[in-house]
Amino acid sequence: MRDPQLNKHGELQHLLTLDGLPREILTAILDTAAPFTEVAEREVKKLPLLRGKSVFNLFFENSTRTRTTFEIAAKRLSADVVNLNINTSSTAKGESLLDTVDNLCAMQADMFVVRHAASGAPVLIAQHLQATGRDHIHVVNAGDGRHAHPTQGLLDMYTIRHYKRDFTNLTVAIVGDVLHSRVARSQIGALATLGVPEIRVIGPKTLLPTALDQMGVRVFHDMRAGLKDVDVVMMLRLQNERMNGALLPTPQEFFKVWGLTAEKLALAKPDAIVMHPGPMNRGVEIDSAVADGAQAVILPQVTFGIAVRMAVMSMLGSH
Amino acid sequence: MPSLDAEALCAQLIEQMRPQVGPDTALVGIHTGGLWLAERLHKALGIRQPLGAIDVSFYRDDYGSKGLHPQPQRTEIPFNVEGAHVIIVDDVLYTGRTTRAALNELFDFGRPARVELAVLVDRGGRELPIAARYCAHTLPQALPTSQNLQLERGEDGTFALRLIDA
Repeated sequence: MRDPQLNKHGELQHLLTLDGLPREILTAILDTAAPFTEVAEREVKKLPLLRGKSVFNLFFENSTRTRTTFEIAAKRLSADVVNLNINTSSTAKGESLLDTVDNLCAMQADMFVVRHAASGAPVLIAQHLQATGRDHIHVVNAGDGRHAHPTQGLLDMYTIRHYKRDFTNLTVAIVGDVLHSRVARSQIGALATLGVPEIRVIGPKTLLPTALDQMGVRVFHDMRAGLKDVDVVMMLRLQNERMNGALLPTPQEFFKVWGLTAEKLALAKPDAIVMHPGPMNRGVEIDSAVADGAQAVILPQVTFGIAVRMAVMSMLGSH
Repeated sequence: MPSLDAEALCAQLIEQMRPQVGPDTALVGIHTGGLWLAERLHKALGIRQPLGAIDVSFYRDDYGSKGLHPQPQRTEIPFNVEGAHVIIVDDVLYTGRTTRAALNELFDFGRPARVELAVLVDRGGRELPIAARYCAHTLPQALPTSQNLQLERGEDGTFALRLIDA
């Protein structure tokens, strides 16, 4: 069976996950994103690629940064963007996900950007569109449950490539709440595909999934040992809203052991960069001095995210 | 088609342009062949404004049918377009669609006072009302659509024009 993300010509039809996406496509997205970064410096910050297309932002879960950057990206490509506030919409009145999609298709949607608390919701929509012969409509996963957040993974890869140029000599550490993180899952898959020789995952046993060894990563339960000589530190947000039961001590205790401080960062290479997908919990997983420090590239990540989302949408929209 | 001496044509183009360039003239080369040519012209004509580069991938009118060009390059306009005298440079003028895309892109950076077009060869086959102000050679007969004429640059930097079957 072919990857549901690719059409019969092997082109990207939907972006649902980075797992199984070939290196050539990942690299093509990053290469395409590069010239889009320059558009922000123009007098007219608009390109005509998606002129006349309608992009629907379907956010069934809260998000500010991701929804806004998707909206900016679509608008800079000249698309018409409709943001659906799901809390006040028909879903609250009991309409099913696929009925909502069918109704929006009847309004001539060309692309859905979907965030959902349930893993697999964007895949379900993509399968539904394929089964009903609507191959001209594209789906971008903007984060589904614990499954994937592919554009975040891509913008992280773009950021690493921007600062480090080459993936094949890097040691990258992912730190924190990997268990609840769809971001981490997308990051690990992409880093492996792009040829990063050493991927480390650092966190408490209760917040690391059990299948990590099979993903080809080195697991550390000691932050100092894990950060030794790394080139890239990718922090994760502590996801309080997804936790059931006592997986954790207090935030203060978490910070003491797992928070990134200048003293712990000093163990990494001197030119190591610090990334965070946001929103940050200062004083929980990261110290303010590091978040605002010279090695942090957290705000550039946000800016690169617009270019990467423009690249994805323009590649999808071209067929 | 008789073989074309790209170096000789380049020298002719420089002499055509020389009387027309002033202190406010800026050059913008279209990726990739047009940019090579623009680099050469920029130096030979002693242009004071920094050289601009345009990749028209995001402005092409065949995006809907052919999709996005696989490896778009950066567009960089390092001078103030507002009120400038801009000469767009391309290696070969054909349908005019690339020039149209470049014009659209240029205007997203500001309103130039005047825009002109310089090309090494006009191969005929225009589909839009576009003409080059500076052109070193016009083919007496338009090339068939099955053929591509493009500029190549050797390792030592010398230019050659090559005809290939599309």
